[in-house]
This record gives sequence, structure tokens and C-alpha cells, in this order.
Amino acid sequence: MTVFFIIFLLTLLVITALAIVQAKNLFVAAMLSGIFSLMSAMTFFLLDAADVALTEAAVGAGISTVLFLGALALTAEHEHERTGTAARLAALAVVTAVGAVLIYATFDMPRLGDPNAPAQLHVAPWYLEKTPEYIHVPNVVTAVLASFRGYDTLGETFVVFTAGIGVLFLLGTAPVGQPKLSPAMAFAGKSGLRHYQIPRVVGRLLIPFILLFALYVQFHGDFGPGGGFQAGVIVAASMVLYALLEGEQQARRVLSSGVLKVLAAAGTLMYGFTGVACMLLGGKFLDYSVLSSDPVAGQHLGIMLIEAGVGTTVTGVLISVFHSFAARGTK
Amino acid sequence: MTFIVDAASWVLLTLGGFFVLVGGIGALRMPDLYTRMHAASITDSLGSMLIIAGVILQAGFTLAAVKLAAILVFLLFTSPTAANALASAALLAGINPGLAAPWRHEPRS
Repeated sequence: MTVFFIIFLLTLLVITALAIVQAKNLFVAAMLSGIFSLMSAMTFFLLDAADVALTEAAVGAGISTVLFLGALALTAEHEHERTGTAARLAALAVVTAVGAVLIYATFDMPRLGDPNAPAQLHVAPWYLEKTPEYIHVPNVVTAVLASFRGYDTLGETFVVFTAGIGVLFLLGTAPVGQPKLSPAMAFAGKSGLRHYQIPRVVGRLLIPFILLFALYVQFHGDFGPGGGFQAGVIVAASMVLYALLEGEQQARRVLSSGVLKVLAAAGTLMYGFTGVACMLLGGKFLDYSVLSSDPVAGQHLGIMLIEAGVGTTVTGVLISVFHSFAARGTK
Repeated sequence: MTFIVDAASWVLLTLGGFFVLVGGIGALRMPDLYTRMHAASITDSLGSMLIIAGVILQAGFTLAAVKLAAILVFLLFTSPTAANALASAALLAGINPGLAAPWRHEPRS
């Protein structure tokens, strides 16, 4: 039955991908890519990867779509056709060749759920066996991500931080000249949806609950799907909603860009310093067992600290990126 | 007892699925944006509510049922708001209701 659902979803994914390629209106393409992400999230969930599904739904379907729309507000809405037939044929040849290689590579992959697949035999049994002993959290994904593979997650946090710096370098400065905007966008940018009472009332009602949910996702990551990445995205989403309702400038007044930059850096530093603290206490870098007299409690403390660091960085970076797009529209 | 709960849940799920189907057909077949939204809103309201109610019956008195109920309340707040925001944005962008056009231009006797 699950296989049937997965095949159905994958078929829809292919149809959506074709529709994205076909779409000439970039707004339509952005919306379709949101739908694409939502369906990938459902596929991940059906494959029992709840953490990945939550991330894909929050990042891919949620915040990426918002960022796409923010970028679209600054450019044209329609795609320009500039390539000739020769370029098209060359592109088709490249795509066909790469596609054929990828399909050929899938023949070497193990079947879905094959018990003899390397993924089931190599390190996964060890993680599943040792997590209750060393770390004792129900969600093994969090244990792997934050403790066993803490270096990888540290690297990912640095990637997010670096990406944020890159976007701020490119877009963080004041725009040159007056950007062209549709009247509706310019209007919404200045004062938000102040004149739309219903979305405003409901939105203001929802923001505290969204923040509460983000905290739940942040601190419940040890027990269920969730963690710093997803929580940071949800906090950023609530701030985007606030900016839509009250206007970009008011949102900047609540959390200024200086504070956001500090948040982005502080989270990354917190992650790194947790690792250094482990070294100072006599352990290895990011070996949380020495943080407390009880090794398991130390692991819990370390995971909580680095997840908080990840959440802070993701929040700071995403809201900064959103502001750097949105602010160009309003000035 | 289990049979009655199961039967009720299946009735709710099937009805919910039916309304989602109706909403989908309406969104494809209706002539303009506003009537399409009207059709699609059936998916949001009746469709999702009936389906979540059916799943709550399957879950019984568990934490999952509470979470589903929270989702139901969230949908009750957000989907009408989203529909309102979409419709007013469309009106602001200058999309007139298609069905209104013919009789607006004709002199009414």
C-alpha cells in the first residue's frame, strides 16, 4: 500500500517538474516548486524519514517559496526566450546524457527496503544499538545528527552562516536607483496588510502559536522529529508573516538587522564553543560526555546547546536574507 | 463498539474524499478565479474537516488525536483567511469577476 502511495507521489512529482519546466510565468514556476517540495516532503514521510520531511516542508515549501517571491518582486515576472535552436539541441543532448548515466547508476542501487543494502549493514546497526547506551534519546536521527556526526552538522551550520554572509554582501547594501514595482507590492511593502483587517487579525493571533510551535520543535527534537534547523525556519516564517502584516519597516524595528547579524554569528559560535568546552574539560572536540558528571546527561546538555546554536543561526540568517530581499522593494 | 467507530470514521473519510473530489472538479471547471476559489474552498473547509474528524476517530483518545484537533483548529482559522487574502489581492490586481461582466455592460430592462 505504501509503495502504491509512493509511486503515485513520484508520478505527481514528475508531472510537477515538467510543469515547472514548461511554465513561462515565473510566479507560476515558484508556486509549482513549492508544491514540488511539499510532495517530496510527503514522499520522505512515507519512507519513514520524518525529520527530513519536516525540514523539506519547512524549508522547501515554506521559506524558499517566500524567498523566490521576494526575488521575483525585484525582477520581471516572465521568462525571456533568448536561446537559439542550436543551444536548445545542445542542452537537450547534455540533459539526455546525464539522465541516461543517472538511470544507469540506479541499476546498481539496492532495492527499497533490501535488508542487505549497505545502508542497513554498515554503520546504521551500530548507531541503533549504541544510541540508547551512549546518548539515550528516543530519536536516533537527533543522536546521529548532533552527537555521532556533530562535525557534519557543525559544517552545515557554517554553510548556512556563510550563505547568509554571501547574500548580505550581494543584497545587503542600499539599492542603486528606484526599483520598478507593481503598485500592490509597493503598497504592501510600505504598510503591510494594515488595510486588510481579516488577515491582520488572524495573523497576529497565530504568530505567538507559531513561535510556541517553533520552541516545541526545537526542544522536542530529542524525542520526535525536529531540531534546530526546522525550529529556526519556523521562527523565520513567523517573522516573515509579521513583516507581511505590519510592513517591512515595522518588522525591522522589532528585530533590527544588527540583532539578526549577532544572532547568526552567535549561534555558530555557540556550536563551536560547545566543542571547545568539551576539549577544555578533557574530552575530544564535540564529545559532550565530559560536559556533566554523568556522560549521558552530558550528551543531553551538549545536544541541547548545539541545537540551540543551530536554531539561532538559521533564524538570524533566514530573516536577514528575507529582509535583504524585501527591503530593496520598499526603498 | 470498534465496528461502530470504524464505520463512522470510514463514512467521514469517504465523505471528506468526495468533497475534495468535488472541489477539484470545481477548481478545474469553473469559469473565473473567484468561482474557482469558491469551489476550491470546499476542499479546505468540508473536505479537510471531515477527513481529520475521520482520522481522529481512528486515533481514539490519544495524543495524536489532540494534535489532529489542533491542526483542525489551525485550518479553521487559516484557510478562510488565506482565501480572503487571495480574493482581495486579486481584486486589487484588477481581476474582475468574469460572471459579472455580461450583465454589467448590457442595459438592464
